[in-house]
Amino acid sequence: MFSRILTSGLIAGAATGLIAALLQLWFVQPVLLHAELYESGQLIHNGAQAVSAHQPPGDFEWTRNLLSVLFTMLTYAGYGLMLTALLAVAEARGHVVTAQQGLIWGIAGFVTMQLAPAFGLAPEVPGVAAADVGQRAIWWLGTAAATGVALWLIAFGRSALTWGVAVVLILAPHVIGAPQPDAYAGTVPPELSAEFAGRALGTGLMAWAMLGLAVAWFWQRDTAHAALPQTA
Amino acid sequence: MTTHTTTAGRTASGSILLPAIAAFAIGFGLIFMTGLVQADTLHDAAHDVRHATGFPCH
Repeated sequence: MFSRILTSGLIAGAATGLIAALLQLWFVQPVLLHAELYESGQLIHNGAQAVSAHQPPGDFEWTRNLLSVLFTMLTYAGYGLMLTALLAVAEARGHVVTAQQGLIWGIAGFVTMQLAPAFGLAPEVPGVAAADVGQRAIWWLGTAAATGVALWLIAFGRSALTWGVAVVLILAPHVIGAPQPDAYAGTVPPELSAEFAGRALGTGLMAWAMLGLAVAWFWQRDTAHAALPQTA
Repeated sequence: MTTHTTTAGRTASGSILLPAIAAFAIGFGLIFMTGLVQADTLHDAAHDVRHATGFPCH
């Protein structure tokens, strides 16, 4: 069983990660590189002269981008493993997992790991002011954990009490509030920051939708194989 | 070593829990490494991914 979860999760996750990396390189990376021109001081906005919003893309940085592809694949392999593990538990409790339902699982994963943390800590363009990274990491993890548990309770809970607990869990991190910087020091134009956050969340949703479909499809296929008599 | 038959949806909850927790932990470890560990080398290599995936980076 462990190896089934491992192979399904890793293959679905790594494959999705490759597509996610390409989406990020195409849609997110140009905004990030553009923002770095402001972070490094090569461009200054709100100065005496207006700066063109259209900057040349620069050379393709192979090492940097291949590392990004590798780390995106690793990240989504991690997401894939976690999602498959949860899917396996749900199935053992009598929940039938079809590929279409995988889409819902994927969207729930996106809400848990990206949208809910982004509600307090929007995806950061390079060069923005932010609170201590350790505190943000703790808030980020707590928010993801609370949201994930809440979505599980909403999906599988059977009483008003569990749904009530779920609502409290979803809202609590945001009522407490994410760690915020003492002062703003961002050098990047707000237009670019907003575009970056939108792009990061948008590609995240696309990737998580594919991850959910892929994980459920691989799991379903493996389940069909496992239904045959085998030596464990 | 035993021979047994596993059917879709009929696996006992008990036998799934331990492998599921182990796989979940490995997945979490991967994400923790790529997204949150602040060691310089890891941070630099994963920099763009952390920003694009919404992890707290710097």
